[in-house]
Amino acid sequence: MTKVNDFVIKFANVNGSGSASANLMFAKTIFRMGIPVSPKNIFPSNIQGLPTWYEIRVNKDGYTARRDGVDCLIALNPQTYQSDLKELVKGGYLIYDSTMERRFPRKDINVIGIPMASICAEHYDDPRQRQLFKNIICLGALSVLFKIDISVLKGLIKEEFQKKPKLIEPNLHALGLGRKYAQENLSSDFDLQLKLMRQKSKKIMIQGNEASGLGCIFAGATVASWYPITPSTSLAEAFEKYLHMFRSDLKGNIKGAVIQAEDELSAIGMAIGANWNGARAFTATSGPGVSLMSEFLGLAYFAEIPLVLFNIQRGGPSTGMPTRTQQSDILSSAYASHGDTKQILLFPSDPRECFEMSVDAFDIAERLQTPVIFMSDLDIGMNDWVVDELSYNDKHNFDRGKVLSAKDLDSIEMWGRYLDIDGDGIPYRTIPGTHPSKGSFFTRGTSHDAFAGYTEDGRINAENLLRITKKFNKSTKYLPKSIRRNAKNKTDVGLIYFGSTAPAVDEAIDYLSEEGYNINKIRIRSFPFDRVLEKFISENNHLFILEQNRDAQMKFLISNELEIDINQFVSILNFDGSPLTAKFIVDEFKSKVKNNKKIVAKVKRSRTAA
Amino acid sequence: MSFIKKPIARHPNLPKNKLGLTRRDYEGALSTLCAGCGHDSVSSAIIEACFQLSIPAHRLAKLSGIGCSSKTPTYFLNKSHGFNSVHGRMPSVATGANLANRDLYYLGVSGDGDTASIGLGQFCHIMRRRLNMVYICENNGTYGLTKGQFSATNDKESKSRKGVDNMFESIDLAALAIQLGAGFVARSFSGDKDQLIPLIRAALSYKGFAFIDVISPCVTFNNHAQSTKSYEYFREHNEAVGFLDVIPENEEISVNYGEGKSIEVNVHDGSKMVLHKLNKSYDPGSRRKAIGKINDSRDKGEIITGLIYLDQNEEDLHDTLLTTEKPLNQLKKKDLSPGLKKLRQVNKSFS
Ligand SMILES: Cc1ncc(C[n+]2csc(CCOP(=O)(O)OP(=O)(O)O)c2C)c(N)n1
Ligand code: SF4
Ligand SMILES: [Mg+2]
Repeated sequence: MTKVNDFVIKFANVNGSGSASANLMFAKTIFRMGIPVSPKNIFPSNIQGLPTWYEIRVNKDGYTARRDGVDCLIALNPQTYQSDLKELVKGGYLIYDSTMERRFPRKDINVIGIPMASICAEHYDDPRQRQLFKNIICLGALSVLFKIDISVLKGLIKEEFQKKPKLIEPNLHALGLGRKYAQENLSSDFDLQLKLMRQKSKKIMIQGNEASGLGCIFAGATVASWYPITPSTSLAEAFEKYLHMFRSDLKGNIKGAVIQAEDELSAIGMAIGANWNGARAFTATSGPGVSLMSEFLGLAYFAEIPLVLFNIQRGGPSTGMPTRTQQSDILSSAYASHGDTKQILLFPSDPRECFEMSVDAFDIAERLQTPVIFMSDLDIGMNDWVVDELSYNDKHNFDRGKVLSAKDLDSIEMWGRYLDIDGDGIPYRTIPGTHPSKGSFFTRGTSHDAFAGYTEDGRINAENLLRITKKFNKSTKYLPKSIRRNAKNKTDVGLIYFGSTAPAVDEAIDYLSEEGYNINKIRIRSFPFDRVLEKFISENNHLFILEQNRDAQMKFLISNELEIDINQFVSILNFDGSPLTAKFIVDEFKSKVKNNKKIVAKVKRSRTAA
Repeated sequence: MSFIKKPIARHPNLPKNKLGLTRRDYEGALSTLCAGCGHDSVSSAIIEACFQLSIPAHRLAKLSGIGCSSKTPTYFLNKSHGFNSVHGRMPSVATGANLANRDLYYLGVSGDGDTASIGLGQFCHIMRRRLNMVYICENNGTYGLTKGQFSATNDKESKSRKGVDNMFESIDLAALAIQLGAGFVARSFSGDKDQLIPLIRAALSYKGFAFIDVISPCVTFNNHAQSTKSYEYFREHNEAVGFLDVIPENEEISVNYGEGKSIEVNVHDGSKMVLHKLNKSYDPGSRRKAIGKINDSRDKGEIITGLIYLDQNEEDLHDTLLTTEKPLNQLKKKDLSPGLKKLRQVNKSFS
């Protein structure tokens, strides 16, 4: 039976073999054909020689989470034939380089051999070319099998090599070789088909880190200091790219600075120094880096210095799984640093939100004079997602918060750096160099009074800490709100989730509702938690929290912060490092409710009603 | 304000600088350090140097790490913004601050524990980057604030107050600085204000990374007879090679440097530096010779002081990064945000 625009294709490659760009081109072709697509790059923490996979889900209904079971496997890595083979669904296709023919121990699949290496050897002498063009030849053959609109693919190749036009012809030639082989040798009854679709809105295919780096540019960030670490590196690199693109003048001078620091201690120190001095600055890192930054995070929290910190989470603990995804830094970020500290967290769920929240993060940090930790993850940060086009409101002005100008200082009788004038806990700050005789103060991490003077008076210190708590508790006003959606039928079953699990949740809830389970859902977008979440919790008696870590960190944070009995929540946990599938959620949910008579009884009732 | 007010007894005849300010205007809160601590003399020298150079205090940011030495920015320049950061991390905070506004003076004060142990990494890298700042290490060979443990600059032949041997090699911060790209490297002594003040003036006028290693005895924990960072030891073993002073534009050279030979050196802002050589054969323009000289003196049991190395090619991090002239913290939305039209182009590149 022919499957149109609804299947999973998986490339099994060896890393460092030049397959990445060909794979991306394949995914992008599908995207250009208007078909909902979501590629996931599954790669090792290694530069050359180890297995990597590129999994593409195509789904006409717009479900973009990962899906188990591979319909077509392009097996280009003999090392992993065995395990790859297991993932193929019954009746699926295995495509391999048949230069060396071989047998595969499964009778229920279709094997298609394409002698890629030998076609290459026939047409190219240079070993590097043979390697690279092998990928393109494969692409050519696939384009025939899947009945891809070839003009789209050719257009992409031309764009890809725009800057090296000499390479266009040879690539088109290689593509032609693959197509020719497929047309002449392969049977046409290949039943996976890609068919042009019409997109409902204008879409782009982009990675979260790219969108965040760009967001920092739009937010007016001028200083970026960072230390390389997967999966955050591409964020700093994107910022630097756009800095040169948009902020370089005719003389080549640049309105901004990027420093690759010697470590994360230094990276965050620089970002804090720049923010203290009135520039918008950020740093980007992942778990190990956040651990190193935690002393400085306490300083910025206590001395009330704005800071935007991107934490692109990966698998922990320790060095963990550097190239896999998790949501396991929730607690270490929320309470980062020693002493009583709490940090503002943002939880984007896709690259579009990465852009928007990155723009907003700087306003929030400056308004609240405190660090804002942007909790993205490897799946959002480093995979290509298809999202609506990015938008930006030209009328939006930067919110620099309460900063006193020289004129302000002249008109003020008395000023103290940490005085709560407005009753919102947010004091007024001054930037060095502003006024010849007023507004100077001493920034310190030691206990201080409202005038920034050193004090060992415990009461004064306690008062100051309580003011900071007040500021923190009132901050939800400036933070992105939780988004909730109730089930079609009334229910008191609720699912709480956040971040990159969103597509899997959306899909799972649809499946579950088909089976009669009605579930209200809410996506948390920031910490401290807002009223929307509190209300949701109070309205639902059966609450599930989905997260990608072992210890149910979000559950702990919610019950601790909102003072709710932790036993009121049922956790659905996954921490294997892969982006979630809807099936996982469905199965887990059903197994958790199996013994819950109330929920199951309700489902039965709604089924009979339907 | 945040500082403790000192009794103001204004003397009408107090000398004034070009800005019409007196020394008083450059002071800070009362020091809470031990009486006789070398660090207080360094604070006085900083006050004097800034007063003499007529630096508008609000155009200078003072930064430090943690330690007795790092506390001192409270005790000078109360009209300057100050930042007492975390232990050993002042260099990174100073780097960020300087990136945000290239137009201010940056004065960092640190200790030998802060610089040579916990902060050694940041210290090395800030020099590689040639940040435009003055970095003073108040070097007493000990951790004053945590009560007298050996620091990494404590000489191997030095003993603790209780007679315990120091078992490890010491780090020579000046040699390290020269090696790693600092353009201005000097060593001085907290008790020698005639040498220290001109060096601080020159360092403030220098564009690039200016490092002054100031031997600044800790009277409480490391000023005993067997310490090589004591007042007495220093006075007996000092070998001054010369010093550098800065003469603001259109000003006469009026300081008497005593015996020796003076050479004029031009600096970027139009003022002149005068290099006064006490040791005629010494050439501070050569990295190799400077490091050699430090090692030779050390072998002889001497402590070389004065200007040890000067790179006349004044270049800083902003020159390397090609940052725009206008301080980054003064750029507005129109300079920074590309706007929706440009975003549409970006969208297109991802469609
Ligand atoms: C992360 C951290 N570790 C340890 C300390 C404790 N501590 C405070 S000051 C200091 C040593 C300071 O020595 P130095 O820089 O030489 O300053 P001095 O007091 O001698 O002037 C130490 C270890 C600290 N504040 N922070
Ligand atoms: S302990 Fe030593 S370094 Fe600290 S203030 Fe006293 S004399 Fe100075
Ligand atoms: Mg010390």
